[in-house]
Amino acid sequence: MSRTLFDKIWDFHLVGQRADGRDLIYIDRHVLHELHAHHAFALLEKQGRPIHRPDLTFAVQDHTVATKAGRDDDTNPSGTAFLRAMREGTRKNGIRLFDIDDPEQGISHVVAPELGIVLPGATHAVPDSHASTVGGVGALAFGCGASEMTHILATQVMALKRPKRMRARLDGRLGAHVSAKDVALRLIAELGVAGARGYVVEYAGAAVRAMPIEQRMTLCNLNIEMGGRSGFVAPDDTTFAWLARRPYLPQGAMWDRALEHWRTLTTDDGAVFDRDVTLDCGALEPQITWGTDPSQVVGISGRVPEPSAIDPSRRAAAESAFAYMGLEPGTPLAGLPVNRVFIGSCTNARLPDLEVAAAVVRGRRVAKGVVAMVVPGSSTVKREAEAAGLDRIFRDAGFFWGESGCSMCAGGNGDRGEPGERCVSTTNRNFENRQGAKVRTHLASPVTAAATAIAGRIADVRQLQSGSA
Amino acid sequence: MQPFTSHAGIAAPLLKDDINTDQIAPVLHSRSLKEDYKAMLFHRARQREDGSEDPNFVLNKPQFHNAAILVTGNNFGAGSSRESAVWSMVANDIRVIVARSFADIYRENCLQNGVLPIVLEPEVADAFTARVVAADGAAPFTVDLVTQRISGPGGPDISFEIAAADRVRLLEGLDDIGLTLKQMDEIVSWEQRAAAAQPWVQSARDNR
Repeated sequence: MSRTLFDKIWDFHLVGQRADGRDLIYIDRHVLHELHAHHAFALLEKQGRPIHRPDLTFAVQDHTVATKAGRDDDTNPSGTAFLRAMREGTRKNGIRLFDIDDPEQGISHVVAPELGIVLPGATHAVPDSHASTVGGVGALAFGCGASEMTHILATQVMALKRPKRMRARLDGRLGAHVSAKDVALRLIAELGVAGARGYVVEYAGAAVRAMPIEQRMTLCNLNIEMGGRSGFVAPDDTTFAWLARRPYLPQGAMWDRALEHWRTLTTDDGAVFDRDVTLDCGALEPQITWGTDPSQVVGISGRVPEPSAIDPSRRAAAESAFAYMGLEPGTPLAGLPVNRVFIGSCTNARLPDLEVAAAVVRGRRVAKGVVAMVVPGSSTVKREAEAAGLDRIFRDAGFFWGESGCSMCAGGNGDRGEPGERCVSTTNRNFENRQGAKVRTHLASPVTAAATAIAGRIADVRQLQSGSA
Repeated sequence: MQPFTSHAGIAAPLLKDDINTDQIAPVLHSRSLKEDYKAMLFHRARQREDGSEDPNFVLNKPQFHNAAILVTGNNFGAGSSRESAVWSMVANDIRVIVARSFADIYRENCLQNGVLPIVLEPEVADAFTARVVAADGAAPFTVDLVTQRISGPGGPDISFEIAAADRVRLLEGLDDIGLTLKQMDEIVSWEQRAAAAQPWVQSARDNR
């Protein structure tokens, strides 16, 4: 019988059914971060329960780490206790920690694939809602809470209800300066913030096949912003070439054997999805959010929508967003003055994200009065960017060039904006107060963010690049 | 986990869609390993810009100070997976949330902490919401998981559906990890089979 790739991965990892009818799904790789891990270490110690597979468990310090050069545990005082608890817990339990000073430290969703800790067709869990980022290499990843994380540590399985299957077919060829971020924002706008609730989404179609792995990760990263349980792209030659020789992957003959298996990781012809959606990406322009949830999106040449153009069930939310964002309906997005630009996060801080942003910034200056930051997604990304001279380009233009971490995405490390500031950000959530009290966040791609930093106003990168801005 | 059989108290209407976990349990400037979850609940929404209490926020109204049931809209608990967004409910003795729908991770986190997530059929939800608004905190509602009924002022009892397994788990306060550990033999034999079929998955070593 024809099966979807989701079914193949799920069925392989099905250990059995629990007494309460839930499926026990084996988790091949589990990655912890310091904000939540201490709960599990404390609870398991109290219960006298050992960690079943510390060798399949990894840990990073990412949410609370400062981004200033020369940072240590105390640079962000509200992170100190978390960093130390993580160090202590991983040491006691024999878990490999990518600590604040580790050359491979970074955001979990960036570090795990870049080191080959995640694999095509493998299951993966992180106590963080953006876990499905690693779906970009064909892994099936679940975000979870602290209790589920503790459960995985004790058992190496998750007790889940089988989700439904959705295929999002993204057709067409992306235009210049249009990337996965723009595609994902448009898809969220079309489906809504709960449009994929209960589903695992397989991203397919020509636009996805043409995307490099880093963009596929951006696409899968934003899956949770439309409520998806998980999201992935079936692996292909682009994936295998990207993964080859990453340190935690099998080598030599074992690589060949793994590769042979990975080539079978496709959805069979004729396999049925519970829901199929399509999006033609050929005519897509750069996208940007105008409101306070990630579905409130327009093209860069668009305007804040009129209430009459908004679905009645969404109108109250829109009115509240207008007020919070300080925007009137009908206002063009392009040209709005900004105070801040942030390029970073698990969504858009891998090396190619920084390369395309640097290409926009090269030889230009950040507009007067704008605070612009680049925070690489991992210390490896930072090192590679520096080797390529990207840090120079950003610094010469007036950007802050930071140490790796989650930084201003959630503001958990002290990096945040001031009340009332307007910020263009390459992150994933434009929720009220997320980047600081009363900060007005517009989500966009790295090139849109870079062009905005230069212009001092929300900018269409295509115009800046052609010299007309 | 504290078993859930029934829970009675004031029902507070927070009638908005897409309330996310950043709103329910905001990240505060000073953080510690032992957070004050009681104070965390809707911390930002409870305050006006000058830091004073916002008298218009539903949980700040005198009649809802001791709310035990929260009635809300679609997609409740979207966003971050932080479990503090459920712990802060428990810390305030809110152990029933009646929403039009829940975000997946949030619903799981409720079940892990003895909080009953209820979704009613749309027409029933409309009627129940109207009763909660009309009661305005003057009389309590009772949510009984044994009989799967909600009773209270303004009308007859309302029955609600919940997956049988989730019901049992809440009723018995089952230790989720303990339940799975009963099948440790199966987990270990799965590992042995996987190690033979896909050895690269059962080993995660730095090959440098």
